[in-house]
Amino acid sequence: MTATTSDVAATPADDARPLLQVEGLQKYFPVNRGIIFQKEVGAVKAVDGLTFSVAKGETLGVVGETGCGKSTMGRLITRLLEPTGGSIVFNGHDITHMSRGQMRPLRKDVQIIFQDPYSSLNPRHTIGTIVGAPFRLQKVQTESGVKKAVQDLLALVGLNPEHYNRYPHEFSGGQRQRIGIARALALRPKLIVCDEPVSALDVSIQAQVINLLDDLQDEFDLTYVFIAHDLSVVRHISDRVAVMYLGKIVEIGDRVSLYEHPMHPYTHALLSAVPVPDPVKESKRERILLTGDVPSPLNPPPACRFHTRCWKAQAICKQVEPPLVQLQPGHEVACHFPEERVLV
Amino acid sequence: MTQETLEGTVPPRPAATAFLEVRDLKVHFPTDDGLVKSVDGLSFQLEKGKTLGIVGESGSGKSVTSLGILGLHKGTRAHLSGEVWLDGQELIAASKEEVRRLRGIKMAMIFQDPLSALHPYFTVGAQISEAYRIHNHVSRKAGRARAIEMLERVGIPTPDKRVDDYPHQFSGGMRQRAMIAMSLSCNPELLIADEPTTALDVTVQAQILDLLRDLQKEFGSAIIMITHDLGVVAEFVDDLLVMYGGKAVEYGTVNEVFYEPQHPYTWGLLSSVTRLDRLRTDRLKPIAGSPPSLINIPDGCAFHPRCPYEPMTGGKGSTVVPELVDAGKGHLVRCHLTAKERQDIFLKQVKPTL
Repeated sequence: MTATTSDVAATPADDARPLLQVEGLQKYFPVNRGIIFQKEVGAVKAVDGLTFSVAKGETLGVVGETGCGKSTMGRLITRLLEPTGGSIVFNGHDITHMSRGQMRPLRKDVQIIFQDPYSSLNPRHTIGTIVGAPFRLQKVQTESGVKKAVQDLLALVGLNPEHYNRYPHEFSGGQRQRIGIARALALRPKLIVCDEPVSALDVSIQAQVINLLDDLQDEFDLTYVFIAHDLSVVRHISDRVAVMYLGKIVEIGDRVSLYEHPMHPYTHALLSAVPVPDPVKESKRERILLTGDVPSPLNPPPACRFHTRCWKAQAICKQVEPPLVQLQPGHEVACHFPEERVLV
Repeated sequence: MTQETLEGTVPPRPAATAFLEVRDLKVHFPTDDGLVKSVDGLSFQLEKGKTLGIVGESGSGKSVTSLGILGLHKGTRAHLSGEVWLDGQELIAASKEEVRRLRGIKMAMIFQDPLSALHPYFTVGAQISEAYRIHNHVSRKAGRARAIEMLERVGIPTPDKRVDDYPHQFSGGMRQRAMIAMSLSCNPELLIADEPTTALDVTVQAQILDLLRDLQKEFGSAIIMITHDLGVVAEFVDDLLVMYGGKAVEYGTVNEVFYEPQHPYTWGLLSSVTRLDRLRTDRLKPIAGSPPSLINIPDGCAFHPRCPYEPMTGGKGSTVVPELVDAGKGHLVRCHLTAKERQDIFLKQVKPTL
């Protein structure tokens, strides 16, 4: 085990175009009133204009509080949801409004790992059926049968291949998450969206799963979109990190620059709120306490959405929406008063 | 803070001096598959105004301990033994009714998931005032006034309006604040917080911890903080108890446990977390294997199948259950390795990688 302290983000291979390109992505969930004659009375703007790209072999971390739209974003780029606006280009295909049938061949290349290892596995199916499902659905021929392929996958994620005929309830949380990972890996996808893959796990098991994801990325040249609310886990696994607030990206940059020189006040608040496991350091740290809760996405504040909780807010923040501008190479911030601050 | 004396209490036997003293607490559940030893001989002390942290993985018996102290296992199939002394009164042998009279006013609990711990059918105000009205025999109106006062104290805006809201109308952080208001409505001297911030975002977590700290200063209560987040523990507690497989494996002040950890499990916990205050490493160092099932706790030291230093014990690790012994200055550890061996391993192998 080498614990080299390389804090330089690996530069992703410069392919001609990014694997995933998202522009102005929007998803509004309509709010209806009435039982028979329904009329739309508003919309939850879960995702409201996201623009980012993910290069091949790279890991993009996405952080934010509950309700900021990070999971919705994950479901949009895997096309489990239909976007309201914007475009998603995956590997050269515009998948924004593809039908289910058109999407199916592409599903081989885009997979998702879900947060809750308890509800994402069918309790009535054996592990063999669950992990073998992608082969059957995509009608993929395997060299020596589906069973062999599944057992290889189980071995790959650190499970015993003899567990082929067991049911999900016979496994612990960490093992179930490995089953979910095996299923996502079955067809050798290009992009895996990890939606809070470790938040339901114990600390010691979290580290095992994170290491596994790391190894698999090296082995199969995977690209991850890693959604999580734990900032330290995201720092560990990501090459670039996007911070979301109420459906928008407020700051995006490579890992080193975002964690060491964060510029958006919201990022400052998030980073300062993470407790560090060191009593002396912890007692000396400055802490930015945000007041109140995240406003409702049904009726988000105008202009800069963070102005209701921001200690730097001035008149302009309530009138003009700050665009996401590049302030340093590879580091974009959407704030009228960006300021570098060292918090980590 | 009113020091109320309760009538009809059992005279203390060998009186405990600390405000809360738990001696050899055992909570066992008989099941069809065998005896589940959720808590197996746990002892600790806590003074007023102090905070004890209990950390451990899921299934290590943290929550069962807290329910045991509150007497919430009484009348169930659980087998309880040991002693729990709260302010000179023993609770394990006390009747259900006696413990019930103490619950709320002397000790209270904040549960992990406020959405399932609050009743969806009653307003937040009714739930906050319930315990207050029962313990103080006051009218509905006085109860409501108290609920508003408590909601204001925990920082809910326009409490006089929100008091009539139902739990689903509150956000996650506000629900947790309402839970805290409920537990504090009778000024309990002992507050047990069972993963109070696990379901919350970091920004809200910071607010809630801040609130708890303020309230502790104001009321001088003793707090037991149960969590799996070492960051929260470092920030909040005075003493720390590390549990594994229903037993305490390490017990000391927070500084001792963080800076001179003695048990291989504590080393594993400390080195497996990702942390913002250190340089990023290429790989994490997880603890191998997974936590044991409590029905089938490994023989000997419960941690031995996952312990990299088990071979050094010469077979004792898998056969003999280690005792909780003093490693100096009241820092207790349950390990077969000698103090010298632990010191060497920690300084040479563990500390450089933390």
